[in-house]
Amino acid sequence: MQMNEYKPLIVAFCCNWCSYAGADLAGNNRLSYPADVKIIRVPCSCRVNPMFILRAFQKGADGVIICGCHPGDCHYTSGNYYTRRRMALLFSMLEFLGIERERTRVEWVSAAEGAKFAETMNDFAETVAALGENKRLEDLRCKK
Amino acid sequence: MQNKKELQKEQILRMSGVNPRKCMRCGKCSGTCPSYDEMEYHPHQFVYMVETGDLEPLMNSDSLYKCLSCFACVDRCPRNVEPAKLIEALRLTVIREKGKNHLKSDDIPALLDDEMPQQAIVSAMRKYSK
Amino acid sequence: MQRIGVFVCHCGTNIAGTVDVKAVAEALKFEPGVVVSTDYQYMCSQAGQEMIKEAIIENKLTGIVVCSCSPRMHEATFRKTAAAAGLNPYMVEIANIREQCSWVHKDIPTGTEKAIILGKAAIAKVNLNAPLTPGESPVTKRALVIGGGIAGIQTALDIADAGFPVDIVETKPTIGGKMAQLDKTFPTLDCAACILTPKMVDVATNDKIRIFSYSEVSEVNGFVGNFDVTIKRRARYVKEDICTGCGLCTEKCPQKKVPNEFNLNMDNRRAIYIPFAQAVPKVATIDPESCTMLKTGKCGVCSKVCTVGAIDYNAKDEFITEKYGAIVVATGFNPISMDKFDEYAYSQSKDVITSLELERLMNAAGPTGGTLLRPSDGEHPHTIVFVQCVGSRCDSCAEKGKEYCSKICCMYTAKHAMLIRDKYPDTDVYVFYIDVRTPGKNFDEFYRRAVEEYGVHYIKGMVGKVSPEGGKLKVRASDLIDGKQLNIDADLVVLAAAIEPDKSARPLATMLTASMDTNDFFTEAHPKLRPVESPTAGVYLSGTCQGPKDIPETVSQAGAAASMVIALLCKDKLTGNPCVAHSDEMMCNGCSTCEKVCPYGAITYIDKEFRMPDRTTKVRRVAQVNEAVCQGCGACTVACMSGAMDLKGFTNKQIFAEVDAICK
Repeated sequence: MQMNEYKPLIVAFCCNWCSYAGADLAGNNRLSYPADVKIIRVPCSCRVNPMFILRAFQKGADGVIICGCHPGDCHYTSGNYYTRRRMALLFSMLEFLGIERERTRVEWVSAAEGAKFAETMNDFAETVAALGENKRLEDLRCKK
Repeated sequence: MQNKKELQKEQILRMSGVNPRKCMRCGKCSGTCPSYDEMEYHPHQFVYMVETGDLEPLMNSDSLYKCLSCFACVDRCPRNVEPAKLIEALRLTVIREKGKNHLKSDDIPALLDDEMPQQAIVSAMRKYSK
Repeated sequence: MQRIGVFVCHCGTNIAGTVDVKAVAEALKFEPGVVVSTDYQYMCSQAGQEMIKEAIIENKLTGIVVCSCSPRMHEATFRKTAAAAGLNPYMVEIANIREQCSWVHKDIPTGTEKAIILGKAAIAKVNLNAPLTPGESPVTKRALVIGGGIAGIQTALDIADAGFPVDIVETKPTIGGKMAQLDKTFPTLDCAACILTPKMVDVATNDKIRIFSYSEVSEVNGFVGNFDVTIKRRARYVKEDICTGCGLCTEKCPQKKVPNEFNLNMDNRRAIYIPFAQAVPKVATIDPESCTMLKTGKCGVCSKVCTVGAIDYNAKDEFITEKYGAIVVATGFNPISMDKFDEYAYSQSKDVITSLELERLMNAAGPTGGTLLRPSDGEHPHTIVFVQCVGSRCDSCAEKGKEYCSKICCMYTAKHAMLIRDKYPDTDVYVFYIDVRTPGKNFDEFYRRAVEEYGVHYIKGMVGKVSPEGGKLKVRASDLIDGKQLNIDADLVVLAAAIEPDKSARPLATMLTASMDTNDFFTEAHPKLRPVESPTAGVYLSGTCQGPKDIPETVSQAGAAASMVIALLCKDKLTGNPCVAHSDEMMCNGCSTCEKVCPYGAITYIDKEFRMPDRTTKVRRVAQVNEAVCQGCGACTVACMSGAMDLKGFTNKQIFAEVDAICK
């Protein structure tokens, strides 16, 4: 197997108020996680349109994780509840399409949980790496 | 031994559907119990001792049978702990351990006498041959 | 096509230690739109900022990307820099290559590679950025305080003190709230009226404050700085500006058997009444439910005795609409109903009372003139049992009671016990408690004094049953420490009833689009750092409408709410966040989904005329975002089925571009 060579591509959507700050805190504490994780800042986890996730998989992402404030702590009071429902629906659809459930995840990380952020990313990257490359949704026209 | 105790506690909790961790130790159950003075262990102690796994003294105590199952404690508990259901489950556990309901079908012939109605013998066979 | 400048920061060795900054600057040079790409030791330093400014002017840049620390750190700095060079501040994007790259990765090749990708994503985004200008809205320099208890009074006084006009809306005929009904206050035992009534007079005499008593809020429109509030002034059948409050009518009214709610129905008042002697405004009110004149048209005694002619039987409810910049909610609390706690025999015996009723029984202005007498037979009680936590700290699925701790009961019970033992040393006082909770300055000392100096019997355990028998109350309770069941023959049983938010709070929250928790308490914007603001901009919280509180805490929260209001009203214009939702009217199909998901009520639907290709006009229902109210969460953008809704600064296209850049 070429497991050691293979580097997964992971897109992380982080809400500006909790998880992005949590990621910053992980950096401040020098807690390392794989460089395969690339973070996109959004105002709230509920800004993440399911289309963004589909696009990421289409473009060859191997895993997508959405991080938001803990339920009840949303800066916008209820945004993360929308995320929770939307993603439950989307993930089951993705599973139906053959994208393994482990490739997608919603995680609540507060601004104080730098360690949790790093831990989550390590675990997620490991899980995705074990699954190998995602080819199911990849649009080959996007390949150069 | 430890394991058996744990198992027994688990069984009692499942039988009664009671979560003793919800108890905030206010003692309203004991404050309301009409047979308090008859009891060695009181309703709030039942809840507490089941939670700590101290089942032996409870099961050997007469207090089990002093509970009237009037459900006053269940009605008034502010935390919905339902002590009477817990006591009922303990009672059942003791009875089951005594094995009154667990004859073997092989034991039945020895208990037969001439006056026993046929129907009783058939139903006994049905019940205990499982 | 944008002209983009890329600036890569070394941050000393913070970034340069694990990222080859020169290589990053070099690699980003050939990205679409990039005209200049450079690196520098410290971009946030004065020299670094000067460098950016010069580059913007020299290269006529339309957008910049700074690869540096977290945007939470220096986004504002670089936006100011851009603005100083004449560039729209929202044309700045930050690639976070410190916290999320150099600090978490160990080796230079990986760090550099990731930094390049993050830089590319930022460039892809800035390519699609549009200049944004924050909206401005004027501020109406007047505040509305809903509720005239101690919370509302203190808030109004503090706001008026800063020179802004304030209106208080109170449903009762007088302000004063629950505090006006209390006898003494813990832990100092000074009388409630002595400290409250001067404040009520201050409110009445302050020319910045208007009191709308016997009124309620019936409609709220608008948003922060510009609320339009309709206030319903219920008909009190007495002309408020003429009535002198002499009280002659309340003495002559023949209808004498109306339960007096101010004394919790323990005595009677007339159909025309002034709740208490120090009422503000001191104006009589006719209760239309019991007035014979209003019901049958025969009586008119009050009108005959009134020397100034203030009685007006034909008065109607009036509605007034006023503009406000800020709204403070101070709707307060009520003790819960004891109907469901039948084991305490509250409905069976008059001698089982709530703590608030005891306050009235001990109050010099109360139904007994301040002497503690049993409500049933007017005898002195000799054995008094207090029951704590009645309806507080119940299980969430219990039908009766509340899940939370009501916070004030432990202290007022200690106060009552102490006062009774002080005044009537021959009384036996028992307090049944689960826990005694006394956090607060001088609070535990106070409770210990009740036990040690006044000899109040504190018993750990709960009362299980109270049964009235032969003029006595048989109290059966457990003593958990002694392991005994107690049977006490009591003369009076006092229940420390849980408190709940006022019933008017829920409809009010709907009108204000302010959020509430499951217990109907208003939620604060942040439980620790923004405790007096509602998540809805321009709505502030004061007192027990936000959670159980005692008087000192209520007053400090009232002051805090007032200072937030003053800070808002001081501004001439409000600058909004320009990253707000925006609806493309041509694409909107008028489905209302966005309106439903918006937590702020920022989206409204309007009928708008559109010109069709064949030169006819057609009216369509389209969404409109109020930019002053929108906080920019983006929930609506995802809910929108037609793709009409987008979030400025985080548009769908921009995020797609970022995803594409990362997944290349």
